[in-house]
Amino acid sequence: MPPVLVMARLTVQESSRRRLLLALLILTLIVVGVSAWGFNKITTVTRSDGTPLPPEQISLITSQLLIVVTFMFSGVLALSAAVVAGPLISGEVESGLLLAMLARPVRRSEVVIGKWLGLAALVTLYAAGAGGLELAAVDWATGYLPPHPVELLAFVAADGLVLLSLGMLLSTRLSGITAGVIALVAWLMAWIAGVVGDIGTGLQNQALENVGVVSHLLLPADGLWRGAIYAMEPDTLIAAMRALGTAGRANPFAAIEPPPTEFLVWVVFWFAAVLTLSVWSFGTREI
Amino acid sequence: MAELAEKTEAASPPGEAAGTPAVKTVELTKRFGHTVALAGLSMTVPRGEVFGFLGPNGAGKTTAVKLLLGLLKPTSGQGSLLGRPIGDLRTRRRIGYLPELFRYQAWLSAAEVLALHCELAPLPRSSWKDEIKTALETVGLTDRVNDRVGTFSKGMQQRLGLGAALLGEPELVFLDEPTSALDPVGRHDVREIIRGLASRGSAVFLNSHLLSEVEQVCDRVAVVDHGRVIASGTMDELLGGTAVRVRVSGLTQADKNRLSQYGRIDDEGDQITFANLDAERVPELVATIVSMGGRVYEVAPRHQTLEDRFLQLLEDEEKA
Repeated sequence: MPPVLVMARLTVQESSRRRLLLALLILTLIVVGVSAWGFNKITTVTRSDGTPLPPEQISLITSQLLIVVTFMFSGVLALSAAVVAGPLISGEVESGLLLAMLARPVRRSEVVIGKWLGLAALVTLYAAGAGGLELAAVDWATGYLPPHPVELLAFVAADGLVLLSLGMLLSTRLSGITAGVIALVAWLMAWIAGVVGDIGTGLQNQALENVGVVSHLLLPADGLWRGAIYAMEPDTLIAAMRALGTAGRANPFAAIEPPPTEFLVWVVFWFAAVLTLSVWSFGTREI
Repeated sequence: MAELAEKTEAASPPGEAAGTPAVKTVELTKRFGHTVALAGLSMTVPRGEVFGFLGPNGAGKTTAVKLLLGLLKPTSGQGSLLGRPIGDLRTRRRIGYLPELFRYQAWLSAAEVLALHCELAPLPRSSWKDEIKTALETVGLTDRVNDRVGTFSKGMQQRLGLGAALLGEPELVFLDEPTSALDPVGRHDVREIIRGLASRGSAVFLNSHLLSEVEQVCDRVAVVDHGRVIASGTMDELLGGTAVRVRVSGLTQADKNRLSQYGRIDDEGDQITFANLDAERVPELVATIVSMGGRVYEVAPRHQTLEDRFLQLLEDEEKA
């Protein structure tokens, strides 16, 4: 097996042996179970005259609640990715674990890319598995399925990968705790900057709008999250928000347009740039 | 900037550069900011020899090993391992390394760690089983083969690291303080392993400040201090002198100071050791002590130990 795949396998193996995967599985099953129960309760809500809610209203409430649940899921995924990626390289440099391995015919780029691949596979599989399970549970409980489930899971996974990549880049030079904390703060700031951008759109203030645009370019986490929101919204809701004009755009939990293609291309470039920078940074680090 | 000391895998036919030294450095220098960790290291380690690299803490020993293995980038100077420039990936297939800071995957078993190193080395998969079995037997971990490394003591982890360094019968093995976590039995075992490596023709680069160990196993040594080699040569060349221990009373401190004309002395009260004294001068020394009013009870010449020579070298360096 090539060294890059050996490093990827080791990363997955470590998560498994340290029971990270088991812990995530158990927590996910609990969260999905509880949320399925909660979503099911929506169908039992009645109006003041005792009649049940019409299906369109149930779908609307479910879609809004699903956005909140997904926001939390996406946040936990991104935060977990940052926490795990923070010490991914620096932890092994500091402990000496990499010394004996780097004396083998292994390139540092293979270490960086291999570790990223291993963790990226875990993040993607977890996002797809846990997200798919949650959507299935919501479908079972309410009969509602978001209009673009595959895109939704792809955007949530990409959001996690952004934090993973940022955490790993920082980990090539900074200690694990520092890299993790910086990645978390950056994620939070990017989200807040996205909200500021929304407010700028609502107020038609170009400067504030630019804050959102720049933050999406520097750290595309919030931009990807908007893609996830769009994938969850029923067409009727999108049409209603469009009718509101700029006011309909000023909502951090709503999106009336899918992410532009230019942004998605930029995200691909962003991943390539961050990985290249990580390889360069670790390649020139003295151990 | 290019990746740190990772050279392209140039084609190197088998047996290429077989006549070249195991290690050769020319003015290898490493600075960390204003701190000089290694100042112009020039040395040659012939193939098949056990080479002791000695020095006090912070002398630059580990820095030298990391430079040779491509883990650090030299500020200036050159070096080669087995005839290839340092950092050459292909050469690393023929090298074993036990780091001073040894740590292995706690979540893997001993056999899995060794299999990982077989894979990275890379060794043919068909040979892994025998390689792992032999390595575990050599370092005395056969009965812990399937235990997680996380349950190992520090000494056992160091043994495991030594086993990993021995995989694939490397032509050159770097051992950085290989007995720092071992008990006396373990230290004896390591000496036997080093002798075994030498007997099959591997060169061993032994970083240590445990002088008695170095003295027992090394063919050649270099003493490094403040990043510079202050002495080097075969053990015979380095330990040519005689140390003389004299048991004496009746000498004042001023008398003892005057005795420094006979070279460096270790003053332990009634016992004075002259670290490097020509045996022919012993009668003259005794006469001088008697003339000072000293009463001599015992004069014991012995071969100079590496510790005598090491301390003498450091003291001379301090004075210089």
